[in-house]
Amino acid sequence: MASTYLPEERSGVDVASLPPAAERPRGRARRRVVHHLTAYGLQVPALVLFGTLVLLPLLFALYASFFRWGGFGMPEDAVGGDNFTRLFQDPVFRGDLWRCLVLVLLSLGLQLPFALALAVALNQRLRGRAVYRMLFFAPYVLSEAITGVLFGMIFAPGDGLADHVLGGVGLDGPAGKWFSDPSTVMATLFLVMMWKYFGFHMMLYLAGLQAVPAELTEAALIDGAGPWQRFRHVTLPLLAPTLRISVFLSVIGSVQLFDLVWVITAGGPDHHSETMAVTMFQYGFKRYQVGYASAISVVMFGISLVFALAYQRFVLRRDLAGATTTMRGGGA
Amino acid sequence: MGDPALSRRGFLAASAAAGVSMTALSACGGDSDGGSSSGTTTVEWWNISTTQPTKDVWAGLARQFEAQNPKVKIKVVQLENDAYKSKMTALTASGKLPDIFHTWGGGVLRQQVEAGLVEDLGERTAPWSEGLLKVAKEPYLIDDKVYGIPFDIGMIGFWYNKALFRRAGIAQPPTTWSGFLDAVRKLKAAGTTPIALAGKEKWPGMYYWAYLAMRTAGANALGKANDAKDFTGDGFVRAGQHLQELVDLQPFQKGFLGAAYSTPTGQAAAVGNGRAAMELMGQWAPVVQADAGKGLGADLGFFPFPAVEGGRGAITEVFGGGGGHALRKGAPQAAVDFLKFFASAATDTTLVKKTGVLPVVPSAESALTDPNLTAVQAQLKAATGFQLYLDQAYAPAVGQEVNDSVAALVAGSKSPRQVAESITKAAKEEQ
Repeated sequence: MASTYLPEERSGVDVASLPPAAERPRGRARRRVVHHLTAYGLQVPALVLFGTLVLLPLLFALYASFFRWGGFGMPEDAVGGDNFTRLFQDPVFRGDLWRCLVLVLLSLGLQLPFALALAVALNQRLRGRAVYRMLFFAPYVLSEAITGVLFGMIFAPGDGLADHVLGGVGLDGPAGKWFSDPSTVMATLFLVMMWKYFGFHMMLYLAGLQAVPAELTEAALIDGAGPWQRFRHVTLPLLAPTLRISVFLSVIGSVQLFDLVWVITAGGPDHHSETMAVTMFQYGFKRYQVGYASAISVVMFGISLVFALAYQRFVLRRDLAGATTTMRGGGA
Repeated sequence: MGDPALSRRGFLAASAAAGVSMTALSACGGDSDGGSSSGTTTVEWWNISTTQPTKDVWAGLARQFEAQNPKVKIKVVQLENDAYKSKMTALTASGKLPDIFHTWGGGVLRQQVEAGLVEDLGERTAPWSEGLLKVAKEPYLIDDKVYGIPFDIGMIGFWYNKALFRRAGIAQPPTTWSGFLDAVRKLKAAGTTPIALAGKEKWPGMYYWAYLAMRTAGANALGKANDAKDFTGDGFVRAGQHLQELVDLQPFQKGFLGAAYSTPTGQAAAVGNGRAAMELMGQWAPVVQADAGKGLGADLGFFPFPAVEGGRGAITEVFGGGGGHALRKGAPQAAVDFLKFFASAATDTTLVKKTGVLPVVPSAESALTDPNLTAVQAQLKAATGFQLYLDQAYAPAVGQEVNDSVAALVAGSKSPRQVAESITKAAKEEQ
C-alpha cells in the first residue's frame, strides 16, 4: 500500500488516464490524511474508555500479581512469581481448574445437545410454539442472584420443594443433600446452570435454523433422505457456525462462573463447588491478599485469552473470514 | 463475625471478571477537614449506625450535645459497616483519621495506634471511665493504655430451647464439655436435632473452636498464639480434638454444610422454629431467631460455653466484642467531652432502651428488661477473662483461615493438627 504515495512515474499507474499532474498527488494525499484523521478521531473516545476501563486495570492486575499487596496504597513488596507458585500448589485452586473442566465438559456434552434438540423441535410447526420459546428463554432473563436464591430454597435440605416432591413419590435418595453434600453439590449446581442457560443456546440455534433454506431440506426430501439424514447432512452443516459460537460462549462462561456459585454455596461445602472466580473473591475481598487474588485473575484471563485465540485461529477461521477488518490492500 | 450483618450478605452484584484492583483503587478517597471558625469547634463523628432506630437516636444525641455545648458542632458521618472498614483502611494509610471514630478495638486499633494516629485517652478520661463495665473496655486496651471508650458489649454463648431440653430429660444446662456431649446424646436419643449450624458461612463454626481453645489453653492463648504466629501448641490441637468429638456425634441439622445463618432455612430459623435445640451465637441471636423463624419466646434460654475438664480456661471467660469510639491524635477537648457525654448514665439508658445494646454503664442496667439479655449481662459482669472476636483481633487472612480450616474439620476433611498447622501457616505469611 505504500506504493500509492510514490510519484506516478514509479508507481506503474497509467499516467494518461489520470487528472492533470499538478493537482493529483496533493489532492489525493490530503484526502487520505483527512480520511485517516477522521477515522482515528472517531476512535479516540472509544479508545480512551477502553484503555482506562479495560487495559489499564488489566495491566495493573498483572503488575499487582507480582507483589504481596493488601489492596491499599501502592504495591511495594515484590515477591516475583511467588503468588503463581503458591497458586498452583494450592489444592483448592487445582480443584478449581478441575471443576472448571468438568463444567465445560458437562455443558458441551449435555447442555448444548439438549438445547439443540429443543431448538429443532420448536422449529417445527407446532401449536403454541411461541409460548414454549418464551418459557424456555425466560430463565436466561432472570438475574443470577435471583436464580441463586430461588434454587437455594428449592434445594434447601429437608424443607425444600425438591425434597418434598421427591419424597412425595417415595424417592428420598438425594434428600437433604443437594448443595449440602460434597458428593452432590457439583451435579446440583450443573442442574441449575443448565436450567439457567439452555434457553439462551436454544435461541441461538433457533435463529440459526431460520437461516437454513427450506429449498435445501425440500430437495433432500425429494432425494429420499429420511429425517435423520436431513438433519445430519443438511441442517447440521448449515448450523455449524452457530454451534461453534455457542460452544465458545459456553466455555468462556464456565471459566468465569461466579455469581450463581457465590449466592448458592459460596464455594462450599468445604470448597467442593468453588470456582476460580470465587477463590479470587475470597482472597481479594475477604482476606485482603489482593496481590494473590490478582494472580488468580491473571490466570483466569490467560486461560480465557489462550482459549479465545486458539479457538478463533483453528475453529472459527472459516466463520470469521471476511468479517475481520484488515487495512486496505489486505496483504501482510 | 462479630456483626451478623457483615459476613452474610456478600457482594452479590460484584462481577468476577472485573479486576480486583479496580475496586481496591476506588476505595481511596479524600477527607474533609474539621476546624474552628469564630470560636465554634466542629467535631467530626464517624459511626456505622446506618439502620433504624439507632440512626435517629444517635443523631438526636448529637443534637442534644450541641444544645448543651453551644460552641461545638458535631458533624455526623454515617457509613455502612463494610464501606466504613475500607474507608478507614484508606484513611489509616493516608495518616489522618476523623476526630471521633467507631472502633471494634483489637488488631485494627493496634495498627492505628502503632501508626501514631490515635489519642491516648488514659488521663483525659480517667475520672469518669473508671466506672464502666470492665470487660467492655478490654478491646481498647493496648499495652495497658486506654485508646477507646465502649458503648456496647456482647458475647457468644449457647441459646437453647428449654422445652426441648426438658423433653430430652436434661434438667440443667451443662457446665462441662463431657456434660455437654451427654446432653447432645440425650437430645439425639429423644429424636431432636441437638444443634443448628450454618456450615455455608463458616464463622458460626469457628466459635466452637475458638471457645474450645480458650477453655483448653486459657483465655489469653488465642492472643498469644497470634503474636507468636504459632497455633500448633497442644491446647489448640486438643481444642480441635474436642470439636471432633462433637462432630462425631453428628449433632447438626440435616444438610447443615449448605445452611446459611439468617435465611428462612438457616441456623437461626432452625432454632427459632423449634427444629433444633440450640445454637452457639452472640447476644443478637434472639432477634434473628424471631426474624428468620417464629422465635421461642419464654422457652429460650442462655448458658455459657461449658468448661473443658483439665483445661486451663474457666467457664467465666468470655468470647465477645462490642463497639466503641476512639479519637484521632490531637483531637479537640470537645471530642473528649462528647465521649464523656456518650458514656453517661443518661445516654447509656437511652441506648439500652431504644437501640437494644447491652449497658456499659452499671447504673443503666435497670433499663434492661429482657431476661435473656440480663443473663448475658450477668455473664459479662462476672467475666474473669476476655477474648475479642477473631475477625477484629486477627489480620483478615488469619481470621479467614481459622474459619476455613475449622469448617474443613467440621466437614471431615482436616484433622485437628492440620487445622492448627494451616492457621499457623497463614499467620506466618502475614508479616
